[in-house]
Amino acid sequence: MVIEVDYVKIEVMMNGKLGFKIKETFSADYMWAVWFILPAFLGTLVFIIIPIFISFGLGFVKWDLISPPEFVGVKNYLDLFSEDLFYKVLWNTFYYAALTALFSIIIPLILAYALDRKIKGATFFKTAYFLPYVTPMIVIAIVWAWIFDPNYGILNWLLGLGDSVKWLYDEKFAMPALIIVSVWKNIGYNMIIFLAGLQAIPESVNEACEIDGATGAKRFFHVTLPLLTPTLFFVSIMTVIGAFQVFDLIYLMTEGGPENSTMIMVYWLFKQAFEYFNIGKASAIAYILFIIILLLTLAQWKIRKKWVLNE
Amino acid sequence: MENKKKMGIKRVADCQQRLEDRRSLSETPFITGNQIIKLVAYSLLAVGALSMLLPFAWMFLTSLMTQEQIFSYPPEIIPNPLHAQNYPEVAKAIPVVTYFFNSAVVAVITTIGQLVIASMAGYAFARIEFKHREPLFLVFLATTMVPPQVNIVPLFFIMRELHWIDTYPALIVPGLFGGFGIFLMRQWFKTLPVGLEDAAKIDGCNPFQTYLRVALPVALPALATLGIFTFILTWNSFMWPLIVTNSDSMRTLPVGLAIFKGSFRETTEWGQLMACAVISVIPVIGVFLLGQKYFIKGIMLGGMKE
Repeated sequence: MVIEVDYVKIEVMMNGKLGFKIKETFSADYMWAVWFILPAFLGTLVFIIIPIFISFGLGFVKWDLISPPEFVGVKNYLDLFSEDLFYKVLWNTFYYAALTALFSIIIPLILAYALDRKIKGATFFKTAYFLPYVTPMIVIAIVWAWIFDPNYGILNWLLGLGDSVKWLYDEKFAMPALIIVSVWKNIGYNMIIFLAGLQAIPESVNEACEIDGATGAKRFFHVTLPLLTPTLFFVSIMTVIGAFQVFDLIYLMTEGGPENSTMIMVYWLFKQAFEYFNIGKASAIAYILFIIILLLTLAQWKIRKKWVLNE
Repeated sequence: MENKKKMGIKRVADCQQRLEDRRSLSETPFITGNQIIKLVAYSLLAVGALSMLLPFAWMFLTSLMTQEQIFSYPPEIIPNPLHAQNYPEVAKAIPVVTYFFNSAVVAVITTIGQLVIASMAGYAFARIEFKHREPLFLVFLATTMVPPQVNIVPLFFIMRELHWIDTYPALIVPGLFGGFGIFLMRQWFKTLPVGLEDAAKIDGCNPFQTYLRVALPVALPALATLGIFTFILTWNSFMWPLIVTNSDSMRTLPVGLAIFKGSFRETTEWGQLMACAVISVIPVIGVFLLGQKYFIKGIMLGGMKE
């Protein structure tokens, strides 16, 4: 007698001795699952998982695409750590990510709080705030480069600055200009997530606030914000990680300049790999970026466990 | 006991009284506190919306200006007369139609492929019991944590080995896979009732037929969400098409436009650039407006993935 339970086959032997043995087999369901998942699995393996390992390996070779790759150990990393530009790029990247995240949290939070009441035209506002998020970066870059133009741009004209601020052409103002653009692009996305978080706060909490007389700023800082901490942490993780990965914006607006003032990691990686053909160095940069992003994610998760109130 | 109940009722009444008091307190004959807050909220939202929309308006208006109008100072806000010549001129300067066609082919095929691959895997992870299901799913989920930029160099070499550089497969195939789509589809299929497939099973359908005839039709909202996401992301993607294309006949619209911008850097063809920018943004805004509901749903779902 054979009893099949899912992928385990139990053979109960009745001849002579009484006993049973369990045999693993592949059931029909298992085979179907294999076919369903196979395309996704093969693709993920070849185009995501294997490249992670190749990238790690390439960090230990010297290769200019012409002569054969040569194993150099951790030299690529050591060279990076002794290069001044590396620290500048690191600083630029952190600076850009921190300020972008800060403003991409504060502004959408205020807007979501404003939107979280009976507002006429709420749909219109959501659509308007979302347009920059779905717009290709090249379009954004063209429009904002023109807005920032020191001589004919509308921004200097509106602010009455004449041509005194050269925005993308000035070492001091190029990074702030890029941060303005990226915050502008991020606002809609973060606002929608904050809005979802706000709407998840039960009506009874708001009524309790009203009864106890907690209104306005008091209510926002002592009730709403603490209840919103999970969302806040999620948004900050996502925004910081997104900021560390920025490439299009830099490539299209400043090309890392002027004077490397907007040179950030992914753009530097791209230049090393596809302009200078330093494959080993580019892969080392890629892995440092990978580790930073991983550490950031883990650190924020730890803090989250400690500080978030309503788990 | 009776006493306690009375106390409770009294407390409820008390609260109601206090609530009434507060409400009547704020109802002064002129403007109430609530109305002030609402006014502030509206003004904030209006200022924000204006700063979101003005750059788009400025882009569109500039695309309709002549050189003199563009470089007039103070800026001419509304071009008079309107100058539509930039659109045919930019089509003469660069192969806009080819770029547009390539972008459309890549975005449409990637979207369809993602939908097929992710919905199949998502279905298996949600509805078929099999060994090592959860750990395998975690592998897919973990791939969403890998920044694509980390893989871009090895991926380029894989494309070179496959002789795919400067072809459609290089632009399309790596974009077909990703943990997010599988996650999204699995979440959706998991919410379907337990007995959904029973009738199909009794009718002798195999799991693939069941997926095709029973599960997919009820998954349309999730498919719409994933489809709109993939389309917009693919249409906008820049770094990858920049790296794997090197001829005008294979470039997508963002890359072609970027090269056009680079070649005219610090020079004068702003009108044509803006015209081309308007052309590149229309499909994504169109798709977004059509499927806004699903797009926002997708973001909320992404926000819940933890």
